[in-house]
Amino acid sequence: MTLSNPEPIGEGDPAEADLAAEASAVASRRSTPWYLRLPIISHLRSSVGLQRGMLITGVVLVGILLLTALCAPLIAPYGFADTSADGTRFGTQQPPSAAHLLGTTVTGFDVLSRVIWGTRTAVAVMACAVAASLFIGVALGLLSGYVGGWLDRLLVMVADAVYAFPSLLLAIVMSIVISGGQSNAWGGIAAAAISITVVFIPQYFRVIRAEVVRLKAEPFVEAAKVVGTGHRRIMGTHLLRNATRTLPLIFTLNASESILTLAALGFLGFGIEPTSASEWGYDLNRAMADATSGIWWTGMFPGLAIALAVLGVTLVGESINDLNDPRLRTRRARRKTPRKQVTA
Amino acid sequence: MTATQNEESRLAIRELDVHFATDGGDVHAVDGVSLEVAPGEILAIVGESGSGKSVTARSVLGLLPETAEASGAVIVSGTDLVGLSQAQLRAMRGEDVSMIFQEPSSAMNPVFPIWWQLGEGLRAHRPKITKKEIRAEAITALESVGIPDAAERIDRYPHEFSGGQKQRIMIAMALTLGAELIVADEPTTALDVTVQAEILGLLRDIRERTGTSIIVITHNMGVVADLADSVAVMFQGQIIERAGVRELFANPREEYTQKLLAAVPHLGRNSAWTALEPAQQEALTAAEPVVVAKDLVIEYPGRMGKPAFRAVKGVDFEIRAGEVYGLVGESGSGKTTIGRAIAGLERTTGGSLSVLGHEMNGMREKAFKPLRRRIGFVFQDPATSFNPHLTIEQCIAEPLVVHEQQLTPAERGKRVRDLLEAVELPGRYAERYPHELSGGQRQRISLARALVLEPELLVADEPTSALDVSVQATVLDLFRELQTRLGFAALFISHDLAVVDSLAHRIGVLFRGDLVEDGHGPDVLQRPTHEYTRKLIASLPVPDPVEQEKRRAAFQAEWGSGTPG
Repeated sequence: MTLSNPEPIGEGDPAEADLAAEASAVASRRSTPWYLRLPIISHLRSSVGLQRGMLITGVVLVGILLLTALCAPLIAPYGFADTSADGTRFGTQQPPSAAHLLGTTVTGFDVLSRVIWGTRTAVAVMACAVAASLFIGVALGLLSGYVGGWLDRLLVMVADAVYAFPSLLLAIVMSIVISGGQSNAWGGIAAAAISITVVFIPQYFRVIRAEVVRLKAEPFVEAAKVVGTGHRRIMGTHLLRNATRTLPLIFTLNASESILTLAALGFLGFGIEPTSASEWGYDLNRAMADATSGIWWTGMFPGLAIALAVLGVTLVGESINDLNDPRLRTRRARRKTPRKQVTA
Repeated sequence: MTATQNEESRLAIRELDVHFATDGGDVHAVDGVSLEVAPGEILAIVGESGSGKSVTARSVLGLLPETAEASGAVIVSGTDLVGLSQAQLRAMRGEDVSMIFQEPSSAMNPVFPIWWQLGEGLRAHRPKITKKEIRAEAITALESVGIPDAAERIDRYPHEFSGGQKQRIMIAMALTLGAELIVADEPTTALDVTVQAEILGLLRDIRERTGTSIIVITHNMGVVADLADSVAVMFQGQIIERAGVRELFANPREEYTQKLLAAVPHLGRNSAWTALEPAQQEALTAAEPVVVAKDLVIEYPGRMGKPAFRAVKGVDFEIRAGEVYGLVGESGSGKTTIGRAIAGLERTTGGSLSVLGHEMNGMREKAFKPLRRRIGFVFQDPATSFNPHLTIEQCIAEPLVVHEQQLTPAERGKRVRDLLEAVELPGRYAERYPHELSGGQRQRISLARALVLEPELLVADEPTSALDVSVQATVLDLFRELQTRLGFAALFISHDLAVVDSLAHRIGVLFRGDLVEDGHGPDVLQRPTHEYTRKLIASLPVPDPVEQEKRRAAFQAEWGSGTPG
């Protein structure tokens, strides 16, 4: 993150004579332990006021999402495909009660359990999709930006073509191609993840390519060329590490988009079978008919889960974006000193 | 303070304090500055970067960023600016105070013609003004700053003017509303020396015609000696010395000022060639050339049917082993292109360029790679020439990793530490990151990296132009010492004749891609044969007000003052 921090005014060029004085200042800057320099933690430390509130809200929501996904078997009262427990059926469309805190659905599933198990699907798809598109997109962007020429033109054209395609339509096509529209848990997750991956690759590709094209002209890359450094070393050591500073931002924004795409796929019926994994979009789809007959609990809770998950991840992403930009970042105000009285 | 004093002085700053809120905590940029500027006075504020000179001057227009907090008083024509609302400040700007920026090309809106730009200020202060009136005012304003055919040229766009003309237009804009005080922030830093002389002449002329007070912020002591009536020296947010210009240059009171003045290279003093013993001079003249350029042509391909741009048009020169060759020229003269071609960063298109016995015309990267280890390169901007994610040790060791793979990490570490010592930096700096060092320290690291493979040829592209004067002096000393000790040949590229003269044994002067002058330092500087070289030398302001006045008179007698009338 060093590139984005401009030198504070007044620390530009101290006279060479007082090397020692500067050395101590540098030493104090270096003493920050490594864990405080990690992306989100360092952002948390440098934020104040509303920006900090937004970031903390986001981090808490994402934390709850991840924890729930991790501990789903412990928290959920029933399995995601259970319609009965100890031989007694749950009954369909039961309002919230002590046995079913959030009621049951039209097929007789427990809403609370479905919502909790649904976090697993959401997190799995998010992780697979973002990881896959991250690696492929970054690699292609690096290559395209550095090599340039016809390869660059071709890749940019393909990326633009994918970008121009409606992403949901593409995701539907991919899910049909991969799994025939319906499948088991991992097949469904993979289908959703791959279709989202295809849509997201151009984003990573473009961002990394643009950064690499800019960095390629920087003197430190030329300095490496002057000493005869090989292409692979220039790409790996000099370009990649400097081009990745915007990634946490796209990473988080894409994560929220992937949740939405998964839900939309499920809602349209291209998701995962209800008996192989729980999925919020599918539940929403089934709850559509309930809404008109006053059964609010079947649709509201999966919907709320989607909204909160997306909100949490987006808040983290947007806060990182604002904090990375020195012009948008608010800083702690200086203690006000009474204005000196000057006779004019 | 009394009212009478305010009437006497056009600007009075009292106890100005400016704080900035930054990530590193609170920065006290200006610390209790008090200043007065009399009507018609030209005050120069000098100091190194970070001394608070720009912040002080910008507070005169209330142009501080949001993170700044100012206290004290800035009184312009009887009104205290500190704490005024934005609307009140806008009313002040233009009519009472105006500003000239460093970079004239980015201070104008490229999509509007010149008369529109000039009309901006007029419209803001006189909402009922008609287009006809604006155009009439614009013509008068342009004529007053010496732009020919003003009536025709007000319909042109900014990009159709040269940098010097754009700066003239900026000055015209500052004058249209009759501002009595102009703040000029490094007004000539982005301009070439010959253009700089014209702009300085114009500023002086304006002061004489209209009695405008001018505050000039600059780091160039030659500009100060040429233009200013009085000087304020700033150091760490405070004004440490304020004196008349002759007095300051003759008897600087503070130790810091003395150091600052001593560090300024002075044209014609301590020439590198005359410092050599006759035997050394002979040895250098007889040495084998390491770089030979014959009728060298470098072109940049034109876009879509336009002819190619010739950056270098048939240049002949030689750099001999152990010799420092200085290449001087204005921006766009092709000096950097030549340096980059020697390092294999630019392709030559015609003639012949032989580097260490290897022909660069039609070179192949594979064939040239073994030679790369024998060439070092120092870049202009030390801030961007290091990978910010590598430590200093990794940066310096990069050439070793590429060319001497048999070395163990421990051996590499030792080489790096030896070099750090050679460039007079403590060995513990090896673990730091480039952004943790100052500009001068980084340029030392840059030298160390260029020298790690003990090259026979070093190309230094404006290595000190991004540094402060006193830092520049220490880096130049280091360069000179290392060159004497290690004996490498060097191509030293600079736009500053005085710097080149203090370092280079031979000097070549480039003018629009042609080498117009080539010879030993004293020959070029004292007996220039080409018209352009003579103008270049004459327009360079020397840091001595008395001598500069004579030089200015001589310059104006030969080339005119650059202003109308």
